[in-house]
Amino acid sequence: MSPFWKKEKKSDAENIAEMQTASPAAAEEKTDAAQPEITVKPAEAEAEVKEMAAAKPKVLTAVMSGCTGCLISLVDNYDILLDLLDAIDYRYETTLADVRQIPDDQMDIAIVHGSICLQDKRQVDDIRKIRQNSTFLVAMGGCASSGCVTRYSVGGQAATPSHESFVPVANLVKVDFALPGCPTGPEVIANTILAAVGADLEYLKPLAELAGFACGCDLLTKIIGNGLCIGCGTCAMSCPTRAIDMDYGRPHVNQELCIKCGACYAQCPRSFEPTFEMIEKRVMGVE
Amino acid sequence: MVLGKYLDIMTVKTTDKTLQKYSQDGGIVSSLLIHALETGVIEGAIVAMPTDEPWNPEPYVATTPEEIIAAAGTKYVLCPLNNALKIAARENGLDKIGMVGMHCLTYAVRKMQLYPFGARHLPNKMALLLGIFCTENFSYTGIKAIVEELHKVNIEHVQKMDVSKGKMIVTSNMGERVEVPVKLTHSYVQPGCYICPDLTARTADISTGSIGSPDGWSTVMPRTKVGKDLFQSAVDMGLFETKPIDPGKFGMEMLTRLAQNKWDRSEKTRAERAEIGLPNPF
Ligand SMILES: Cc1cc2nc3c(=O)[nH]c(=O)nc-3n(C[C@H](O)[C@H](O)[C@H](O)COP(=O)(O)OP(=O)(O)OC[C@H]3O[C@@H](n4cnc5c(N)ncnc54)[C@H](O)[C@@H]3O)c2cc1C
Ligand code: SF4
Ligand code: SF4
Ligand code: SF4
Repeated sequence: MSPFWKKEKKSDAENIAEMQTASPAAAEEKTDAAQPEITVKPAEAEAEVKEMAAAKPKVLTAVMSGCTGCLISLVDNYDILLDLLDAIDYRYETTLADVRQIPDDQMDIAIVHGSICLQDKRQVDDIRKIRQNSTFLVAMGGCASSGCVTRYSVGGQAATPSHESFVPVANLVKVDFALPGCPTGPEVIANTILAAVGADLEYLKPLAELAGFACGCDLLTKIIGNGLCIGCGTCAMSCPTRAIDMDYGRPHVNQELCIKCGACYAQCPRSFEPTFEMIEKRVMGVE
Repeated sequence: MVLGKYLDIMTVKTTDKTLQKYSQDGGIVSSLLIHALETGVIEGAIVAMPTDEPWNPEPYVATTPEEIIAAAGTKYVLCPLNNALKIAARENGLDKIGMVGMHCLTYAVRKMQLYPFGARHLPNKMALLLGIFCTENFSYTGIKAIVEELHKVNIEHVQKMDVSKGKMIVTSNMGERVEVPVKLTHSYVQPGCYICPDLTARTADISTGSIGSPDGWSTVMPRTKVGKDLFQSAVDMGLFETKPIDPGKFGMEMLTRLAQNKWDRSEKTRAERAEIGLPNPF
């Protein structure tokens, strides 16, 4: 499979055409025709391996308005952190390395944490530049994906009293994949990066729907309000501020405590549904 | 396949007299949880524990066999067990958590393991998921209305509830037994159950339920390696009596048919929802 980040986005019609040519009959024809080409010379094979190594996706992480807790969450993958770093070509990081200027080169995956302050010209410029220079943009954590606790900033604070509008990245530029939660879980960050590296579109697809304003009230409006709640309590479990009590099998959200991180709705089994096949294969280890 | 993937399927009952008394069906869930606890597979299990309010259980992290037995028996009422996952990990400090649950609860755990947005370091702590069959569930007010208005039994006097052969059966603590056709309870079913596709909790390590086996016995389906190994070691220790599942009308045929019915109900409901512009989970 060609690397995901190198793939051009195709239209539905193109995808369907591709699937049709991948039918058994077409595949048979292809293998027949392809057979004589199998003799690859060792030198060529070596070059190919090198090319594949060089094809590690170029990754940038950048902080906007946030606490960097989501970056710590990424690092909190201790067991697999080295594997994770080994799978990518990590080009740029504002917090861990003391660099300031968003690089000019093209990135495959840009990971942004923190919301965007509209009154901070630099942030506005930076996020636009990041978007322009990257194939995929991941909003990592509550602030980047929904604004989270920075939503409550209303300005008038030292040292920059005029900074009062903190918005999700998606308010300014297109976000490809969002990871709600405050901070978002270490494992979901690792899974997302590895899915991007491994061309695992099935895993990434639902994350495309999670960017933008979030609130505990999403449970009322989108889940209970649509007749979908089954009283499992997963939302309450996932809330970082314990804003949710389960009351006779339904979530009750204490708005005073809700920091608008989006974890509850994303974690709810009735927001998006991973397929049984994916769960069997990836979590249960049954084929 | 409407029953999901499984490694084995058979009819089973516990050999433990206490569990035979307190359990719902074959005592599979409680026996396996106790066995898992005693062999170190789990350090505790999340169960539906009775509270002062009759038939309104709450999630509880059980860490002793006594607590597991105290939670035995089916409560046909919502119990948000998943809310206790973090309590088990953070407050009880468990590294190996067990849990029992119908499709919706076990599925939500699997989704959490795959996408832990708000569940730091929980995915690897899930050591055992026991699935129970389920067709539908009720809110507390719903089940109270059913037993008090249809069965005419005060909920405080209910000893056991069971659903079998199209009847909802309530046994009172005076020994009285009242049956009502399940059909009459349908208007009390929690709405979210109608899009639920899965009868046999296919994402669990082991699934069990009464459908497909005679009274007092359970149908058991180990699905993962963890599930199979645990079940086998319990059988080896003489905790269970097992026999092949009846392939016929009241065995596999009924199980498959009811699972298919539930799958079809889900598909139909989703289509109807889409038609009137209601969103389904994406
Ligand atoms: C709402 C509901 C609907 C069911 N519908 C069916 C059905 O249609 N067909 C069928 O064959 N079986 C159904 N079952 C399963 C069946 O009633 C038994 O629970 C199952 O066979 C296990 O019996 P056992 O003797 O092995 O378990 P036991 O040893 O009695 O243990 C039962 C376990 O289930 C837990 N539990 C009880 N109530 C709940 C609850 N509300 N939520 C989560 N956990 C709970 C208890 O904590 C206990 O650990 C249903 C169960 C529930 C909870
Ligand atoms: S209720 Fe909790 S989990 Fe949901 S958005 Fe608010 S803070 Fe986040
Ligand atoms: S997580 Fe469970 S209890 Fe919470 S809204 Fe979703 S279905 Fe309902
Ligand atoms: S029918 Fe499905 S959603 Fe409803 S309680 Fe049973 S498993 Fe949960």
